[in-house]
Amino acid sequence: MSEILKIENLHKQFGDLEVLKGIDLSIQTGETVVLLGSSGSGKSTLLRCVNFMETPSEGRIYLHGEMIGQQTAGGVRYRELELCKLRTRIGMVFQHFNLFPHMTVLQNVMEGQITVLGRTRVEAEDKSRAQLDRVGLLVKADEYPARLSGGQKQRVAIARALAMDPDVMLFDEVTSALDPELVGEVLKAMRQLAEEGMTMLVVTHELGFAYHVANRVLFLDQGRIVEQGEPRQVLKSPDSTRMREFLDGHSLFKLPD
Amino acid sequence: MGYDWDFATILQNWPVLWVGLKGTIVIFLVTVTLGLSGGLVVGMGRYSHLKLFRWPASTFVEVFRNTPVLVQIIWFYFAFPLLTGIEVDPFLAAVLGISLNTMAFSAEIYRAGIQSIERSQWEAGKAIGMTYAQTMRRIILPVAIKRVLPALTNRGIEVFKMSTLASVVAYVETLNQAKLIADLNFNPIESYTAVALIFFAVLYPVVQATYVLERMLRKSDM
Repeated sequence: MSEILKIENLHKQFGDLEVLKGIDLSIQTGETVVLLGSSGSGKSTLLRCVNFMETPSEGRIYLHGEMIGQQTAGGVRYRELELCKLRTRIGMVFQHFNLFPHMTVLQNVMEGQITVLGRTRVEAEDKSRAQLDRVGLLVKADEYPARLSGGQKQRVAIARALAMDPDVMLFDEVTSALDPELVGEVLKAMRQLAEEGMTMLVVTHELGFAYHVANRVLFLDQGRIVEQGEPRQVLKSPDSTRMREFLDGHSLFKLPD
Repeated sequence: MGYDWDFATILQNWPVLWVGLKGTIVIFLVTVTLGLSGGLVVGMGRYSHLKLFRWPASTFVEVFRNTPVLVQIIWFYFAFPLLTGIEVDPFLAAVLGISLNTMAFSAEIYRAGIQSIERSQWEAGKAIGMTYAQTMRRIILPVAIKRVLPALTNRGIEVFKMSTLASVVAYVETLNQAKLIADLNFNPIESYTAVALIFFAVLYPVVQATYVLERMLRKSDM
């Protein structure tokens, strides 16, 4: 395994509020890393800094060992075009799907391939159909997003990101907006992806997913990584009090075994 | 009252009105095309986060939205040539006045449409590597324009009727021709009624057609 993504001393500030207070993280190719933490812990911001939906206030990010941006005296500077290129290599799936409402499912998946990657229509359509098939939605190719369930929308969003052939996939609370009975189909698609060797960075509240699928679990609290390791160890016998409190909160009303 | 309507002279002069109607349609097509497409450019400028684009666009909108079209047409016809030495014919003066005014108004419509699109759509475009321009063109504008289509249709109707203002500089359009008929035949009531009827007869079916178009475009929102 080789290192695919490296984050060094990442800080992010919104006005006076420092959301990330120095994150160091190295991710290996094919790894699935789950980020846990209560709301406001900075986990989503961390994810959004990786593909520069947010610009880091400080720190460096490397993809395949190459630093993103140019080092200047006043810190790292980023050029918009460089970031656009970078984002084609890092897929992202959002909590609220964000499908393009004026395009069919197929067009949603084809769009980036044609407009950004410059693939031909035939090429893009073949690729899109393959990706839709993979998430089990080929039959919905010609529907508009408004006609799909939340779970289906989210699987289309996954297919849309995968069609760009990214090196890394980011998942930002992708099941949080779904009805409980629709969560499973999305998690299943993600698990399959992880098993096929995709490098994944996942922000989620699904502890079961973290436990069964992640290679590594990170726990963020107040902008810092306070706990990390193998899921079994982190989720069963955490070192920090904050992590224990967090887990207790999650299992308050668990069904008895 | 007991007025005796007599449309016979109108019908006799139908070719005169027909020439006017053609003039109306020509100036409408030119001004609506320039106005709505130029408005899109100005509207995007108004929305831009760059002062370089936003500031000139805002100035343009304020100047042309807050001055009467009639005055603009007269100004371009009488004042502009005196100031610059460039000759302006009635058609050009009317096109300038109506188009610039339409650009200013439609710019605000487009801007409102663009602003109504959720930020998450920008993010979705960005996340697959799209530039600002690509996201605007492929993701934001198609939905934004669809949303403001009723307002744009309204603008179009307004432009069609505004074309009568061109008569002030004697551009040959429907009202101008009706005036001619009224002066020669002493029948202003019938002449100007005919103008109103002609405008209604042209606009009503067009407006109905735009309703159908809007319904068709709503297909993806089901």
